[in-house]
Amino acid sequence: MVSLTINGHQHQVDAEPDTPLLFVLRDALGLTGTKYGCGIGQCGACTVLLDGQATRSCQVPVESIGAQGVTTIEAIEADPVGARVVAAWVGIEVPQCGYCQSGQVMAATGLLKETPKPSEDEIAAAMTNLCRCGTYNAIAVAVRQAAA
Amino acid sequence: MNDLTPLRRVGIGARHDPEPVQNLSRRGFLGVATGALLLGVGLPIEAAAQTRAEGPAAVAPKPGTRVAAFLEIRPDSSVRLLSPFVEGGQGINTGLAQTIGEELDLDPARFAVECAPPGPDYAVVNGLRMTGGSFSTRSSFEAMRRLGATAREMLLRAAAARLAVKQDSLTTEDGRVIHAASGRTLGYGELAEAALALQPRDDVSLKDPKDFRWIGRPVARLDRRDKATGRTTYTIDIRLEDMLHAAVQHAPHLGAEPQAIANEAEVRVMAGVHSVHRLPGAVAVVADSWWRARKGAEALQVAWTEPVPDGIATVSKTFSSSAMLAALKGANEPGIPAEREGDPAAAFAGAARVIEAEYDAPYLAHAQLEPPSAVARFTPDGSLDLWLPNQMPELFQDIAAKTAGLAPEQVRIHSPMLGGFFGRHFYYGPANPFPQAILLARATGRPVRVLWSREEEFGMDAVRPLSFARFKAALGADGMPVALQTTAVGEGPIGRWFGALFKSPVDSSVVEGLDKKPYAIPNRRLDYVKVAHPVTIAFWRSVGHSMNDYFYESFLDEIAAAGGHDPFDLRVALLKDSPRHRTLLRAVADLAGGWRRGPFAAEDGTRRACGVSMASPFGSETATIAEVSLKDGEARVHDLWIAIDPGSVVNPAIVKRQVESAAALGLSSTLLEQVVYENGQRQAKNFDTYPILDRERMPRVHVTIVESGAPMGGIGEPGLPGVPPAVVNAVAALTGQRVRSLPLAKTHLSGV
Repeated sequence: MVSLTINGHQHQVDAEPDTPLLFVLRDALGLTGTKYGCGIGQCGACTVLLDGQATRSCQVPVESIGAQGVTTIEAIEADPVGARVVAAWVGIEVPQCGYCQSGQVMAATGLLKETPKPSEDEIAAAMTNLCRCGTYNAIAVAVRQAAA
Repeated sequence: MNDLTPLRRVGIGARHDPEPVQNLSRRGFLGVATGALLLGVGLPIEAAAQTRAEGPAAVAPKPGTRVAAFLEIRPDSSVRLLSPFVEGGQGINTGLAQTIGEELDLDPARFAVECAPPGPDYAVVNGLRMTGGSFSTRSSFEAMRRLGATAREMLLRAAAARLAVKQDSLTTEDGRVIHAASGRTLGYGELAEAALALQPRDDVSLKDPKDFRWIGRPVARLDRRDKATGRTTYTIDIRLEDMLHAAVQHAPHLGAEPQAIANEAEVRVMAGVHSVHRLPGAVAVVADSWWRARKGAEALQVAWTEPVPDGIATVSKTFSSSAMLAALKGANEPGIPAEREGDPAAAFAGAARVIEAEYDAPYLAHAQLEPPSAVARFTPDGSLDLWLPNQMPELFQDIAAKTAGLAPEQVRIHSPMLGGFFGRHFYYGPANPFPQAILLARATGRPVRVLWSREEEFGMDAVRPLSFARFKAALGADGMPVALQTTAVGEGPIGRWFGALFKSPVDSSVVEGLDKKPYAIPNRRLDYVKVAHPVTIAFWRSVGHSMNDYFYESFLDEIAAAGGHDPFDLRVALLKDSPRHRTLLRAVADLAGGWRRGPFAAEDGTRRACGVSMASPFGSETATIAEVSLKDGEARVHDLWIAIDPGSVVNPAIVKRQVESAAALGLSSTLLEQVVYENGQRQAKNFDTYPILDRERMPRVHVTIVESGAPMGGIGEPGLPGVPPAVVNAVAALTGQRVRSLPLAKTHLSGV
């Protein structure tokens, strides 16, 4: 059994230690807002916050998490920065198919928690998640709006 | 995939797997019980929609007319709309809410939209049901307006009876019926049950477009909040009680079958593993979590049947995309005529100059971000529930029934939101996971969810066909083209998957974009030479236009260069007979701040050039300009300006975003993408080796909508086809290099 703190709640999970956090969230805990896209840390659809830092959960074995707190999209509006990011996403109407957008919102929240007024270069460095619908320009507008 | 007229003439016959649509519409037209016509709002509408009775007594409703099949008006006057279409980002749910809400007089924000189950009411695309071909809005717009107006009239009639007043003394306002004389009002929700029990009238009048309140406005997308907060449920998110998870390992060569599994006993006892199975072309491990199933499936040591040694008739041991391209290039037999105009032979004989070129474009993956999955559950009465991504519920119902050994009406199809589709979710035989889910649910006696890993998806996705075209143009003494001869070689998804419906020997999905161009070239000849692909081929956003407009509009720039004309001016001259296209070309130039080909120095010091193109995809018209510079031998696209004329629009904000989305995919294919086969296997297995457009390569995209009032055209795909040629034409202006093979990543570009 692995012990995890997810969205402020303690969970005991029956999983091999090398199981990626992503699949523990989705299959053991039913938190399906975090998405599986590539499984190799390329697309970012699985982004969560680990102690506030945007992290691709497909690359995080559950054994490595320890006492770090995991925040998923399900709880993102409880965070004031996350709530601002979501409001910008809704206001700009960023999503098309929407599949990557949980991860995009998490990446943007992670960025703005660490760097409240990011430069364009800092936005570019942090917002690297893939979007097959090509919503990148709307994402950039929403990040700037959430940072304003 | 623009002309679906033949779908009106569907015959009845035995179905063959490669042509799955043959037998579809017979059931579509005949498959509903008369009793269901009288259904009111009190009964679950799924039950009505999925009820069928075939036989002489069965009477089909005219698709799109039976209000109760589409609308459930709730007590609070909000509406649950069962949509004929599946939403996957294109915005159809919002557009339908606007269209119906306009005539129903209800704010679109009060609609909750979901994809309807199979049923003849939903066959609103020329008698067929599908989400594709950029057909949804344009095919259903009038019917959905009429549906809203019909429902409103029923509400008014019910209110008149309830209030004992004349119907013409009543008006409506956003979900309420109002009797102004007495000041009494009734909410739609209060009237719904009585209203929906009434016989609909078929002669209601529609609003004058000048009075539109919602249609034509940038109404906010209904799905924006759920998608920004992770609450949207895709097929991959379906979880059922007692459900098992399955992962698969497919054969390394398409067509190979599993033989011995060396370590089956060891895998069976891995943590959480329930069972190990052999499937057509694959092996599967079923477990209590997907990660455990995947570890098991990847551990299986399988001996597969051997593919044939070589050739392109099947995916042989030595099959390669380069060998396939060589076969397309080598196909020199006479083609089937696809378009003929004037006397090309005479024009070539008298030409001042003749130029020729060959173009090709690679196999492409859909690479939608949601990996495909399916969930199958047999219920105790032997019927089947199936959740799966799909663009044609009735077709999938038929094939699922056949797979399960059931009658179609014993299969309930659930069609969740699609995590991107771009053509991925039609029926493509071995490229669909749902038959595996059915077989595994049957074998285990429990609900089973099959999810393909990204690697399995890159291995099994149905691909945009590798394509090739040969051009020859005759120029007059003034440098203007007088004749054009084109040969398209290959095979398209229409012929492969819809061949039983489209009897024409010319596969429209191979020649679209090469035919029906607006340019005044008096002598033309377009031929089609069929060379079949051994791989699973697919529709891919904008289908034949995705490569053919690149081929044609690039060669048109070659004609301009050979004739000493500016490519923009040449197009203007060739559009002398088409004011609609000239207007569009001027519109895109205005949007870009004027046409200048370059090269020129930009303010940031980079050397840049522009390319222009036009396309006529899916009933819409587009004109595109791209501005490009070079960096480290690669093209950098700074701006795309796109003017689109779809005739008229329902939601201009969604239209602009869809055009931008299509443009991004078009640019991705221009710069980066190719599915490469070596030794019968696809080389790329994930996004690290199949790069797609990322944020850093995303240009600014400027879209202007020209509403010419022409018949409504499509939106989801038309933004794409103009992008590859505009970019490649800009690269030619910048470097002098004419790139005739995509993607650009294969070619090191250098400034002149």
